[in-house]
Amino acid sequence: MKYLDEFRNGEIAQRVAREIHAITTRPWKIMEVCGGQTHSIIKNGIDQMLPVGVEMVHGPGCPVCVTPLELIDKALAIAAQPGVIFCSFGDMLRVPGTDSDLFQVKGRGGDVRVVYSPLDAVELAVKNPDRQVVFFGVGFETTAPANAMSVHLAKRRGLKNFSLLVSHVLVPPAIDAIMSSPGNQVQAFLAAGHVCSVMGYWEYPPLADQFNIPIIVTGFEPLDLLDGIRRAVIQLERGEHHVENAYERIVSYAGNLEAQRLLSEVFETTDRAWRGIGVIPRSGWKLNAAYRDFDAEERFHISGIRTVESPLCHAGDVLRGAIKPGECPAFGKECTPRRPLGATMVSSEGACAAYFNYGRFLSFEQLAGAGR
Amino acid sequence: MTTDTAATIDLSTWSCPLPLADYPEIVMGHGGGGKLGNELVEHLFLPAFRNAALENLGDAAVFDLASGRLAMSTDSFVVQPLFFPGGSIGALAINGTVNDLAVSGAEPKFLSASFILEEGFPLAQLAAIVQEMSAAAKTAGVQIVTGDTKVVERGHGDGVYINTTGVGLLRAGISVGPALAEPGDAILVSGTIGDHGMAIMSVREGLEFESQIRSDCAALNGLIANVLSAAGGAVHTMRDPTRGGLASTLNEIASASNVGIALDERAIPVRPDVRSACELLGLDPVYVANEGKAAFIVAPECADVVLSVLQAHPLGREAARIGTVTTDHPRMLVARTAMGANRVIAIPVGEQLPRIC
Repeated sequence: MKYLDEFRNGEIAQRVAREIHAITTRPWKIMEVCGGQTHSIIKNGIDQMLPVGVEMVHGPGCPVCVTPLELIDKALAIAAQPGVIFCSFGDMLRVPGTDSDLFQVKGRGGDVRVVYSPLDAVELAVKNPDRQVVFFGVGFETTAPANAMSVHLAKRRGLKNFSLLVSHVLVPPAIDAIMSSPGNQVQAFLAAGHVCSVMGYWEYPPLADQFNIPIIVTGFEPLDLLDGIRRAVIQLERGEHHVENAYERIVSYAGNLEAQRLLSEVFETTDRAWRGIGVIPRSGWKLNAAYRDFDAEERFHISGIRTVESPLCHAGDVLRGAIKPGECPAFGKECTPRRPLGATMVSSEGACAAYFNYGRFLSFEQLAGAGR
Repeated sequence: MTTDTAATIDLSTWSCPLPLADYPEIVMGHGGGGKLGNELVEHLFLPAFRNAALENLGDAAVFDLASGRLAMSTDSFVVQPLFFPGGSIGALAINGTVNDLAVSGAEPKFLSASFILEEGFPLAQLAAIVQEMSAAAKTAGVQIVTGDTKVVERGHGDGVYINTTGVGLLRAGISVGPALAEPGDAILVSGTIGDHGMAIMSVREGLEFESQIRSDCAALNGLIANVLSAAGGAVHTMRDPTRGGLASTLNEIASASNVGIALDERAIPVRPDVRSACELLGLDPVYVANEGKAAFIVAPECADVVLSVLQAHPLGREAARIGTVTTDHPRMLVARTAMGANRVIAIPVGEQLPRIC
């Protein structure tokens, strides 16, 4: 596949891996922020190619995983209401709320639909003027521009039956929170390439300086990831800490200015709860005053939500990089993709699901310590 | 057949246009066991599926089979949309059951066809579906010898559901089954994977890709007959990887035979447009459905013969050897990635869901 196979060349990958082996003198812990990168690392077996001691720590960058349980429960309550068409990306449908998931709501008669774009949900609102159409606006900075565009269009078209249930989270505050957390061991970051394609990487140099960490803007293909790891190890070995762009074919320093303009027109930053982690100050976006009419939380006034997380689930520790999925006592036992306790096991980008699906031929000891 | 085929069917060209033309849509009476239902049989189903066993319209079809072991298989078809690039629910209903019999080592002979129709369903579309079934049955060399029609109220169906049950004659000396894979066996697939699932998804979800992806919907009994003629007892297992894709099929074989399966990910044939569409949606082609492919597990000394037989057939031109049965990691499917590392290909929990980003 043109421009894709080139980044999956096994021979070049082996060569880069050998280079990483040659330059590594000490153990290092590198966090990939993005769940898509976690998925690619495990799917392609990149963690198996690294020197013993160079450990990839999986960060909180799976938007499905970090969507707070309370918001999932609100989504379930809204989706169950008669007259509502509840639209979502596919991988939110199996995420467990306190009592059920969107699949079960659909099975009980709720009109839950998978869409590929929030703009499809806007079209549904146009075609169904007597129904309320709600789109579950989940994601990092990557999916935010399209979600912003959906409310922008809905407002411009005067739609009174479209709203957004917003759970947008932002990467830089999460890096700050992880580095500031007690006991943090992460020494370098692979920044998520597609987030940076929207936002640029001008927010990262202050973080690199503040915490003395290399931050490498990295893509998702095997060679992208190996190159990002290679660059991080070079900096770590040299005692350097600056921001590098290893995804120049997509990412510029300033990012997509038009997308940023649209985001600032529609959203404002807010404190946001991350599932399994807690509230991170100014780490999310919500609709601003000009677009508040399109906020599903305001429109539906869901109250009486009582959320209960499974006491067995250690997803929060996984998302913080404190433990590997295999170190959770419930991993592969009480918690499997068939019966997930937490979102990290259900989302296709979740670290636990990635380990379960791709790494199961390793022993649990290997899973817990892979790369150490 | 494309989605607009149904609209081009001219009822006046059917064998007795008048009664059918009186009711251009399915009404409840078509399933009531009375005159309307009889007319549907006489003017639509019988002309399309005509053969001696069906002709007597008895409660059961009566037919002669040479003495030997029989295989029987049943399947229900509920696909949406009813017409898609490369096929239709009608072609699927024939090919699906034909393939289930063929991969069991049987020569498919006779099929039943049961229709559950929704009130209001356009008769022209039903006629188009029946025409596709008739053509598919002729291609596969099978006869539709009995059937049933029910009508459900508007809103209680999805236009049309079809159930087919098939009977076939097992070939002498052939013994295949999911539990018969042996360590050392070669694993082959008859062609590119994921075509059907992505074709359905592209039309169902209104996704537009640069090229139109077509379903691989086809009857495999001819291809499989050639393989069995050439390799006979060396063929240990055959399966058609439909829902759940190649991943589910090979996982089931690994479990049933208590063996491991080692795949070479790079050897699995995938059309470039299917691969691109999967990339776009965050899907893995090994989990995507096929309707005209078979996986073969054969003794290693016959792998080359089977591969060349497959590649000599029009439906097997892109056949490939993709892996080996092993004693390592029993009951698991492990793929060697392009990077030279290994990954488990697990059985999917449900349908694959497109990712957020």
